[in-house]
Amino acid sequence: MSVGLLLVQTLNGLELGVLLFLIAAGLTLVFGVMDVVNLAHGVQYMLGAYLAVAFAAATGSFWLAVPLAAAASLLLGAVLERLVFRRLVGADHLDQVLATFGLILLAEEGVKLVWGPAPRSLAIPDLLAGTVPLFGGLRYAVYRLAVLGAGLLVAGLLALLIERTRAGMRLRAGASNAAMLSALGVDVGRLFALVLAAGAMLAGFAGAVAAPIVSVDPGMGGPVLILAFVVIVLGGAGSVRGSFLAALLVGLTDTLGRSLLDAALAGALPPAAARTAGPALASMLIYLLMAAVLAFRPGGLLPARGRA
Amino acid sequence: MRKALMAGLLAALLGAGPALAQDPVKIGVLVTLSGPGAVLGQQVRNGVELALKNRDGKVGGRPAELVVVDDELKPDVAAARAKRLVESDKVDFVIGPIFSNVLGAIFRPVTQGGAVLISPNAGSSVFAGKQCSPDFFVTSYENTQIHAVLGEYAQRAGYKRAFLLAPNYQAGKDAVAGFKSRFKGEILAEDYVPLTTVDFQADLARIADAKPDVIFTFMPGGLGVALVKQFHQSGLAEHIPFLSAFTVDESTLPAEQDAALGLYGAMTWAPNMDNAANRTFVSGYLAAYHAMPGSYAMQGYDALQLIDGALAKTAGSTADKAKLHAALHDADFASPRGKFRFNTNGYPIQDFYLVKAAKRPDGLYETEIVEKIFSDWADEYAASCPLK
Repeated sequence: MSVGLLLVQTLNGLELGVLLFLIAAGLTLVFGVMDVVNLAHGVQYMLGAYLAVAFAAATGSFWLAVPLAAAASLLLGAVLERLVFRRLVGADHLDQVLATFGLILLAEEGVKLVWGPAPRSLAIPDLLAGTVPLFGGLRYAVYRLAVLGAGLLVAGLLALLIERTRAGMRLRAGASNAAMLSALGVDVGRLFALVLAAGAMLAGFAGAVAAPIVSVDPGMGGPVLILAFVVIVLGGAGSVRGSFLAALLVGLTDTLGRSLLDAALAGALPPAAARTAGPALASMLIYLLMAAVLAFRPGGLLPARGRA
Repeated sequence: MRKALMAGLLAALLGAGPALAQDPVKIGVLVTLSGPGAVLGQQVRNGVELALKNRDGKVGGRPAELVVVDDELKPDVAAARAKRLVESDKVDFVIGPIFSNVLGAIFRPVTQGGAVLISPNAGSSVFAGKQCSPDFFVTSYENTQIHAVLGEYAQRAGYKRAFLLAPNYQAGKDAVAGFKSRFKGEILAEDYVPLTTVDFQADLARIADAKPDVIFTFMPGGLGVALVKQFHQSGLAEHIPFLSAFTVDESTLPAEQDAALGLYGAMTWAPNMDNAANRTFVSGYLAAYHAMPGSYAMQGYDALQLIDGALAKTAGSTADKAKLHAALHDADFASPRGKFRFNTNGYPIQDFYLVKAAKRPDGLYETEIVEKIFSDWADEYAASCPLK
């Protein structure tokens, strides 16, 4: 494999990682701070994509559609918090899994009723269309670079919010010990509502940003949810920095693993065996990574303080 | 006793003889109507309903009643529902399913339950050879044929180096095997991706680096939409011909749109075929459902046309099985694809084409015929089917 390809694949890995971070950031906050297992996070991502498609059709502008989709997701998160999640705080994890799984079924069927089962799509705005030349004659899509930029920007803003503001301090305190925080006079219920709405907004934003790249269909949240859970477990539940690190690791492992393994195995095994073993191993890689990390750091890479 | 008397009296009053022939023909439609595969099931259902509507709700002169059931793309659910269709609803025909794994599950419950199974899409090789059945007909094709058409085209076009991309499961491996059965050039890579792939960027980078003459891929449903969009965005679409099976068709084109323009596929038909039956079908479908029909809809349409053509030969009767089988085998109907007949195994002998995604003047997207690759082509498994 050429150096150029290796560099492009590294960039691809980082880009996938950043997209995963956008999705996982909301999930880790909800799981870490509220101790609620939110399986419906994947459909919040899916709804974000559908909302972006709908707003783009209504306004004719991608640049309006994305913030509108994020705002609508925030609202939706707040409504869901009122109706469902408020009752799930402190409940058994199994109850949470059942309730949020129910939300998945409702949302997927609801979307199908409104928009039909056929996949939808969102066009890339002209400003971000096309490709730029990179190393070794390989080209890179401008939109991908924009996603990378947007993801890093969100990560930076979140870091500022969490490390430098009073709300962020409470959030960190909630992730470490919610009971103590409540005893100190902080309205934990309101904090939870904020966290949930913000988490839904992040998922919706990720869905809107991903919409031009992926297939917008009712089932699009499923595979992404699994990856997001890998990321938050790997990073340490409740830790946004941990999620960022873990998301980049998962993105790089998946992308580089898929291309490097084929090349490595082709040298070591007969071609037929390499063809079977390569893809099988590649799809296991991120889980192997997770198992290896958890064996040495059961709390994840950068666990929230007081939870490791 | 009194009840039996009453029933006898009623039957006599209504005139039991002629009334029997006017009993509705019951037709089960067992397709995937939920989950990501629902788009295809809807097309089949629409096609069946359109064909029935065009006949004023009658097949072979008898009124027809459709019983539409969702198989949820779960073989166990499908088997139970197929049993119910045959045993409780007492259907004479079952039109279904979409997916081959479901076909494996419903094949015996339907054919051994006394009904005739007509597949509007799934055509696994399993039931084309030794295990063929007189109660089974396919209005699509044998699965591997589509991939072989693309392999044949790549070979004829003189491409030397191909990059193959498919999901890592049985159908993906079958697709690659089907392509390779006809393409004799160099295979640069067989890239198998997980079925849950959302981002093909890593694979596209490999393709850009390998610089193949041609790409062959099989990426059904949402996978295909993501791949086509990303392939277009990567700028590779301008340099490398893209041959695909079940990746660029009327079920995914509404989402792929301009990104799919110029990408190739293979099929037995396309909406722009110029014959009277096809014009009736396409314009009727557009008027009724406000969307372009795909091959799935066409094959569902033909499944109902087939029942109608057969019952016209038996004067509406399904009682004599041997006669019904012969009537189905030789049924007269005008398929939108033109020439169409059945082989001894119940699979079609028909023409196969290279097709290309295009935009219609009305703004909708469709596949269009590029060139014929095979004429009157039968699948290779028919030889081992014992039926004559």
